Amino acid sequence: MDERILVQGNEAVGRGALAADCRAFFGYPITPQNEVIEWFAREFPKHGRIFLQSASETGSINMLTGGAMTGVRAMTSTSSPGWALMQEGLSNLTAAELPCVIVEVQRGWNTTRHAQTTYKSATTGGGFGDYRTIVLAPASIQEIHDLLQLAFYLADKYRNPVVVLSDAILGQMMEPLELKTLDFGPLPDKDWALKGKAGHKDGKKRFTPIAYGMIPTRKYPTLLDFLGAYEKKLKEMEKEVRYDAYQLEDAELILIAFGYVARISQEAMFRMRAKGLKVGMIRPITLWPFPAQIVKEKAATGASFLVVEDNLGQMVDDVKIAVEGRAQIDLVSCLARHLPGEEGAIYPEEVIKKIEHLLKERGK
Amino acid sequence: MKKEWLTGTPRLWIRAPVPIVFCPGCQHATALKIMCELVDEMGIEGDTILMAGVGCSTMSAMLVDFDAGITAHGRPCDAASAIKRILGGKSVVVTWQGDGDAFAIGTEPTLHAAARGEKITTIMVNNGNYGTTGGQLAPTSIMGQVTTTSPEGRSELQGYPIPVAELLANLRGVAYSARGSFTSSANYQRTKRYMKTALQKQIDNVGYSFVEILATCPPNWGLSPKDSLKWIEEKMIPEFPLGEFKNVDRIT
Repeated sequence: MDERILVQGNEAVGRGALAADCRAFFGYPITPQNEVIEWFAREFPKHGRIFLQSASETGSINMLTGGAMTGVRAMTSTSSPGWALMQEGLSNLTAAELPCVIVEVQRGWNTTRHAQTTYKSATTGGGFGDYRTIVLAPASIQEIHDLLQLAFYLADKYRNPVVVLSDAILGQMMEPLELKTLDFGPLPDKDWALKGKAGHKDGKKRFTPIAYGMIPTRKYPTLLDFLGAYEKKLKEMEKEVRYDAYQLEDAELILIAFGYVARISQEAMFRMRAKGLKVGMIRPITLWPFPAQIVKEKAATGASFLVVEDNLGQMVDDVKIAVEGRAQIDLVSCLARHLPGEEGAIYPEEVIKKIEHLLKERGK
Repeated sequence: MKKEWLTGTPRLWIRAPVPIVFCPGCQHATALKIMCELVDEMGIEGDTILMAGVGCSTMSAMLVDFDAGITAHGRPCDAASAIKRILGGKSVVVTWQGDGDAFAIGTEPTLHAAARGEKITTIMVNNGNYGTTGGQLAPTSIMGQVTTTSPEGRSELQGYPIPVAELLANLRGVAYSARGSFTSSANYQRTKRYMKTALQKQIDNVGYSFVEILATCPPNWGLSPKDSLKWIEEKMIPEFPLGEFKNVDRIT
């Protein structure tokens, strides 16, 4: 029977990883995700799994590279400054086609508190390579747990790292969590994994360089062979769009928000609906690939959009691309926080204020 | 001198058409040949995994006929630590690195893997400069050494070379640390023995093992292969003495 417990978002990361049969975790302390590494340090050895503390986030991501080379499910977690340090490693993981999961519990600027400031670097490939990773954005503790499992599945399916973009608020808050193991279907064998020649059916060498194409292999004799194959993979990954839509049918104004801000925006939407205003909402679950199609379709019906995000405006660019200039787009950014210090957050009242202003502007 | 060990190709050296870009007179290749021989002789071909970093060492991962990977510059010890902890058992995990890879950009992973007493082996080929990029100053360039980024010779301006084998020998997690060279037949045999002992320490699950090998880099040193050997003997060995600096059967 599935168990129901009350946990913090950061602990839900570990619970999800365990359900996904993750075998190894590498991490370095950084606020606000310390509960993640502490959970793994405490619980993973009990389950015969590997926990190893690195000497930096650069260390974590490169340990993860080695872990992923063995073919087991492996992961790391960090927060924004550590995320920045991991970008070279993330580039290499994509270039070596190594499946793994990276949890980024976002904090903002030079504070240790919540924000959504790594949207851009996560969705556009923040490292040196020409790559993308699927980015999953949970908005609840249950979803952190469930998306962790999906992340491992998608990583294995595409042999590409997957990023789970949490934030300080989701990480710190507590909610009920239903523990369940999700089955997404069969996956290909990891015949490429390093085990030593004795571990391979054919007894032949396996080779996992971080530079496919530059270093000739049977699979990718040249650089363009690799890039061509990677481009095909990107096209496949682009089909993995996931989002939640709320009351879009008659919506004249559509909010777009992810993560903790989606919870706030949803509250604003409910209050507007209670007043009879036609406000809907799209919550991207995959930030890359971005749910552009639904945005485009709604733009064609004459709806306008209000993007709400706790940064100076990052996701709003993806919305602009999606609507192709055919709809009005407005933004509620971190400048609408309720307090001027790092403890400030975007509250429903500010979103409502903006909605009312926009609707009034249009004489409705 | 016996001919076979200078010219023979080990069984586990891949002859496939991969670009072999070791320069004439380079002893990095010599060290790798010994590694191939040892893996064969010790019967660990099926269990060995080699992690190369970036530099001349990168090629080693292509050339050996056993499982291998290439990591980010300086990061083989991070990857190797993870691999060894995950696979455990009979696996033998070796990092194959240059001096810049292991102890400039890779100082953190190398030092911490050693301190943790990871059951892995690092072979650090020390040619006193960055070979692949054209001979820049390395953490192991000796005082007075002219490189493309110390054109007046290394001085107190750049600071002093790092004696890696001695430094690592001070760490508790280290089971074995030695430095060898190939400047003579005797040194060649001794270095091979060091490498074998290092691998054996890992197989015996004692702790981290490390061998530094002083190796020629004729093109970047601007010397003939023969003069390069002389340079190691006269300049490098006085700075980096050969021998075993730590050899224990149990970490205490």
